Amino acid sequence: MSDYYAAAIIRGNARHVALAIACLLLETAAPLPSHAQTAIGAQNAVHPGGIQAAHILQLWNGTLALCLLVFVAVLGACLIAVWRAPRGTGTTEPDVGAPGAREQRLLRAVRWSAIFAAAGLISLLAGNIFTGRALAELPAENALRIELHGHSWWWEARYHDPLTAQRFATANELHLPVGRAAIITMHSDDVIHSLWVPNLHGKLDLIPGRTTEIRLRADHAGLYRGQCAEFCGLQHTMMALLVVADPPTEYARWAERQTRQAPQPPGGSIVQHGQQIFLHQCAQCHAINTPPAGAATIGPDLTHLASRQTIAAGMLPNKRGYLAGWIVDAPSIKPGVQMPAIKLAPDDLQALLAYLETLL
Amino acid sequence: MKTKAVIDDLAELETTWADPPGWMGVISAVNHKTISCRFMVATFAFFVAGGLLALLIRLQLALPSATFLSAEKYNQIFTMHGTTMMFLFAVPVMQAIAIYLVPLMIGARSVAFPRMNAFAFWIFLFGGVMLYVAFFFDRGPDTGWFAYVPLSSFKYSPGKGVDFWAQMITFTEVSAMMEAIVLITTILKMRAPGMSLARMPLFVWGVLVTSVMVLFALPAVVLASTALITDRLVDTRFYAPEHGGDVLLWQHLFWFFGHPEVYLIFIPPLGFISSIVATFARRPIVGYRAMVIALIATGFLAFGLWVHHMFATDLPPLGKIFFTAASLMIALPTAVQIFCWIATLWSGRLWLRTPLLFILGFFAILLLGGLTGLMLASVPLDLQLHDTYFVVAHLHYVLLGGAVFPLFGAFYYWFPKFTGRMLSETLGRWQFGLFFIAFNVAFFPMHILGLQGMPRRVYTYPADAGWTGLNLLSSIGALGIAVSVLLFIINVMRSWRGGALAGADPWSAGTLEWSVASPPPSANFNVVPVVHALDPLWEPPASPSHVTGLSTRYREILITSIVDADLDHRLWLPASTPWPFIAAIATTILFIGSIFSPWAVVWAMLPVAAACTLWFWPERGMTEQRAATEVAP
Repeated sequence: MSDYYAAAIIRGNARHVALAIACLLLETAAPLPSHAQTAIGAQNAVHPGGIQAAHILQLWNGTLALCLLVFVAVLGACLIAVWRAPRGTGTTEPDVGAPGAREQRLLRAVRWSAIFAAAGLISLLAGNIFTGRALAELPAENALRIELHGHSWWWEARYHDPLTAQRFATANELHLPVGRAAIITMHSDDVIHSLWVPNLHGKLDLIPGRTTEIRLRADHAGLYRGQCAEFCGLQHTMMALLVVADPPTEYARWAERQTRQAPQPPGGSIVQHGQQIFLHQCAQCHAINTPPAGAATIGPDLTHLASRQTIAAGMLPNKRGYLAGWIVDAPSIKPGVQMPAIKLAPDDLQALLAYLETLL
Repeated sequence: MKTKAVIDDLAELETTWADPPGWMGVISAVNHKTISCRFMVATFAFFVAGGLLALLIRLQLALPSATFLSAEKYNQIFTMHGTTMMFLFAVPVMQAIAIYLVPLMIGARSVAFPRMNAFAFWIFLFGGVMLYVAFFFDRGPDTGWFAYVPLSSFKYSPGKGVDFWAQMITFTEVSAMMEAIVLITTILKMRAPGMSLARMPLFVWGVLVTSVMVLFALPAVVLASTALITDRLVDTRFYAPEHGGDVLLWQHLFWFFGHPEVYLIFIPPLGFISSIVATFARRPIVGYRAMVIALIATGFLAFGLWVHHMFATDLPPLGKIFFTAASLMIALPTAVQIFCWIATLWSGRLWLRTPLLFILGFFAILLLGGLTGLMLASVPLDLQLHDTYFVVAHLHYVLLGGAVFPLFGAFYYWFPKFTGRMLSETLGRWQFGLFFIAFNVAFFPMHILGLQGMPRRVYTYPADAGWTGLNLLSSIGALGIAVSVLLFIINVMRSWRGGALAGADPWSAGTLEWSVASPPPSANFNVVPVVHALDPLWEPPASPSHVTGLSTRYREILITSIVDADLDHRLWLPASTPWPFIAAIATTILFIGSIFSPWAVVWAMLPVAAACTLWFWPERGMTEQRAATEVAP
């Protein structure tokens, strides 16, 4: 749709522009698209995928109703005042008589309005306290534990499941079992970032020098997009993460796969050549949990790179062409990124890509 | 029929108070009206510059995945936009107008400390120009207008951009604090005899409250930005967590200033509204006392809200609830004022001219912005809405609705006083209509965008995020706002020379500024009035009507008591001088030099000290003449 608008506007065709604007208005008025339809995952505070976002949405609806009421009442009073008051001009004698009964009536009206306003404010405060309590009471027995590190500009996640004793590292993509809470402890080693997956919960900052903790629970399976919400520098815009809420069995399958070692390529294959390229060019920054690759932590852990849906912190789809472009010239795709442009012969690049694709 | 003696006296009074002509006048003017006009023009120029930057932002965001601006440029532009609008436009423009109007409204011939007033203007201008020069040389700041550490620390922002930004804060805070001192002293000690606090126009009350707030709020940002500069320049590590510093310290200090700042921007316009509503409803404001109490209450409560900018940090939940309560509570005094204005309109006889139209627009927009503010005061809602386009919508509703709408209204209202000419009513109505519609088209969709998950400060967004339509709509609205501001500029240009002559009191208003010619003579009042009522021009004349015996040869003013404005003593104000200008240049060299080397603080201090010493050098002649005119009580 947007390409259509763009084309219409670039052509400057008045009829098309008018049509585009009409479509826009209709689109705005129409119901919001459900997250199932969007390819990149939903990122929307009014379509809760978890109990916490649902609590907040409930508070939002109540607050919105009260505020709308106040808006209509006050603006209505203002419009009625303007409509019914007699007209004057510059020659109208100013009304500076001694304050009489009418003045008293007006002041009484002001006083009562203020009392109503105070009552409204107190009810809002009560709503806040109850919702805040509901949010804090999320049960967290047997919770999954995730340590989330914010980096400029990507997310590093270290899983620890106390039930299965599984431990593994991943990046830019969190999987959560539906119906089970995750306690996420968050750190940042550079600047302030903020984790925000609006379909699940509000945001919480990752603050250098402090540890923050947020609890998330997805109650509906789905793909939810999150994004850094605190301005963190040049590529703040391109610091997204995907949250995949899976039914428990599917989650268990995913988690089990994440704990596996990366496969050793068969000797003499193109894939093995790719592994050599990786060790030579990539392993200084990226970890793969299989020797001889090391445990470097400058860039994301790539042990299961091929199982992820996006690369470059949600910026690009994880497809061969994008991956090739990213390896060859990351800085021109995402200026400021730490990953350098890697000069590779075409054969070496193909081999490397072939190797990376085995990292499921 | 004026006698020759009277005419001679008036001519002498004019010569005494006038600024020197020619280029010397440019650098040595101290008359509050001259300084204020320059101040207004400068702040308006920054407003236009900030607006053009906003257009660039909207152009970039009109369509998804746009590459019109690079990430680097975009970050600089939104930082410059926010910084310009907050520090170089919204706060100083209110002080600029106050510097013009306060003496005229309280029957004074000048502001207190006229030379410091001139210095405050120059230092503001040099600070703003410095920031823009840096920006044009691609050294603009790019860390947002609140420059959170550690992003703004040397480690993560090694360029000079943040240094220029932090030093610009120094310039503007020096200027704002000096203006606050000037205004508080003027209001408390220089009111015409008889203008007790209970007879002071509500605008003057607003300025008094604002100025006192400046004195408490700005030291916090002085401390914050100084610590940032020393962290960057000499590695003091106030904000470096790896060395025991704390990054949240910056947020506390900045918002302890930053939230009251919103009210520094918002309270003076409440005064504009009270003036305009009274005049065009042809009656005094209902509930004067409630209005004054509401202003003072706002001033106090404004200092208890700052943590609501930090709900997404790890502060304890119970503490956050306190700030929720305070943030909700501050709605009450504003609500009381709105109710009082509606009651005034309800019982008045309305003269629907452009100034009043802007005030009616204010009601709709500020009300909406205030209500979204209540939503943001709530911790759970804020966790979703914080740092999204919802906040962008909210802050533009309160700042444009709460400050710029009344500001335009005020400009239509007082322009005749500033220039002696009326602005065109037809163009004014067009401008209002366009501004009102375009504003809502530009900013209302941002509420929905925020709920749909669009964070603020992103230089683009993916096409399949579903944000395209509303962003395009918002950009179209921004264009409409630009056209509306253009109409305003055309209106001012045309009316400056060719507008209808206004006369002293084109609106038949009640306050003292309308009792003098338009534009006012250099000394403001040919005779200093004695005040007997809240709206002196609406009441029958009372006796005594004015004070006699003030010198016409020297800049002699009356000092009165704080509460009742009883006569206290006479004072001579200093004459025009270029020293404030020279001292401001020396200070600018010091401030800019310190960006490049800490030694500038040492060596550039010498010319500053020299300029200030010469500025305050007493003149033997003046001292002797003053002693000669001294009369025992």
